[in-house]
Amino acid sequence: MRVASDLIASRLLGAFAGTAALLLALVLGFLMREAAPVLSAGHVWHFLTDDGWYPLEQRLGLLPMVWASLAVLLGALLLAVPLGLATAVYETFLAAPAVASVLRLGMGLLAGIPSVVYGLWGLTMLVPLIAGWQAPGTSLLAAVLVLALMIVPTVAITGAAALARVPLPWLQGASALGLSRRTLVMGVALPAARGGIVAGIVLAAARALGETMAVLMVAGNVVQTPGSVFDPVRVLTANIALEMAYATGDHRAALFASGLALALLVLALTAMAHLAQWGAGHAP
Amino acid sequence: MRLEPPMRNRADRLFGATVGAAAALLMLVLAWVLWDVVRQGLPMWSWAYLLDEPGNAGRSGGIAPILVATLAILGVALAVALPLSLGTAVWLAEFMSGRAMPVRLALHALAGVPSIVFGLFGSAFFSAFLGLGFSILSGGLTLACMMLPLLISTAEAGLSALPDEWRRGGAALGMSRASLVLQVLLPAAAPAVVAGAVLAVGRATAETAALIFTSGYVDRMPGSWLDSGRSLAVHVYDLSMNVAGGDRAAYAAAAVLVVLILIINLSAASVGQRWALRRLTLA
Repeated sequence: MRVASDLIASRLLGAFAGTAALLLALVLGFLMREAAPVLSAGHVWHFLTDDGWYPLEQRLGLLPMVWASLAVLLGALLLAVPLGLATAVYETFLAAPAVASVLRLGMGLLAGIPSVVYGLWGLTMLVPLIAGWQAPGTSLLAAVLVLALMIVPTVAITGAAALARVPLPWLQGASALGLSRRTLVMGVALPAARGGIVAGIVLAAARALGETMAVLMVAGNVVQTPGSVFDPVRVLTANIALEMAYATGDHRAALFASGLALALLVLALTAMAHLAQWGAGHAP
Repeated sequence: MRLEPPMRNRADRLFGATVGAAAALLMLVLAWVLWDVVRQGLPMWSWAYLLDEPGNAGRSGGIAPILVATLAILGVALAVALPLSLGTAVWLAEFMSGRAMPVRLALHALAGVPSIVFGLFGSAFFSAFLGLGFSILSGGLTLACMMLPLLISTAEAGLSALPDEWRRGGAALGMSRASLVLQVLLPAAAPAVVAGAVLAVGRATAETAALIFTSGYVDRMPGSWLDSGRSLAVHVYDLSMNVAGGDRAAYAAAAVLVVLILIINLSAASVGQRWALRRLTLA
């Protein structure tokens, strides 16, 4: 790089890249700044020890919403992982090429539908169905179903990509050994692709934890530790979206603190997904 | 190449039927969602719907100001994010190839931040700290932050896919790297950049959580960049949750949103495909 213009270009573009990278620090930094009033030592424990979320009385217990978030996440994963993996297996190994391409298109469409549309559909279609069975309808179950539908494409698309990377000779060898179709998929293909599959599941979990609008619209938003799948619940993201409009003081700071915790949790999950993928890339 | 595992026994047939049923179930639910949106949304459509102001809290009337606000927010986001991401991608691909790990890691991490967190950041930084209030500018800048990682990674992938002979050829001709980038590499990578930008616009159009506290709810025709403007996705949310009897109008707006996003995503796919074909004939 001998030309002066190149040196200038490099510096200028480097400044652009620095700005882009510093954005992460800016985002986390600003969340911390806004959350500072409740982040001081001794104060943080109130999030875990206060009995319930009554921000106007300075009782800021987040635990009921943490349990609700985890319950929704777990339920969505329980549904989306088997369904998504089965679809990936069907698309990669069993479907005719035309059917497989329709499935790929369908998964792309499912992934592209905006979360408010899932929320609207869940509220007008699923919730009345659930209400006909067990009132009130807006419930943990509705949130789990809608969220599962939203993350299933992530599991299916990443799973299919991981299965497609399994070396063909392995599959041919397994086939030559006379393994049945079921054994070939369950005993050879899925274990060989597990790195990519796990990475996809972790990414789906991160997406599910961060999802706000669809869950907010169907979950009922009552702050309580869920006792059954028909209870209305409020998750952490929905709490932020519902109360930011009027929160002030410590209440507002608590919302920023829960946003910060959410961001750090999702960042940890994303890092885990990259590690799983990286580990898979280096597997024998 | 494909390998179709043979079917050997009854357990195999059962296995095939099970995974096939899972795939069929998902496609059925997709059809159900799309069918509901079309069935309940399309009857509301007309030219007047696209060209009128909303009336009666959105239950009647049209969505003209909402479309304008959506386009304005997306315009701000692209105008800010596109130059920044192109510069970053060129720097990463052409000046730092393989190095600058901290920058790459930060961008990966940024891509994972949930949209509600961007909403919190946008409302604290752009709306409050920079004093932009609830405005199209604040919403657009927040979306720009969200778009950045995707724009950078697609543009960088496009640049990295170009053959190294072009770079060596440029060097042999005595071109500076800056002019090589501007006159050869960026034009050649343009389809990848466009495909990435279209994908990012698709995601931004679907965004709600990041916009409620930044660009706000106001459904009047925006008169300036500092006016609050309601995006289409926020309109669907508001009609569904905050307006009694707004479900029909919510479906109409949802149908517009879904059709827009289908068009955006399909055009991104076709730009990407044409790019792949062109690369085959050029290389």
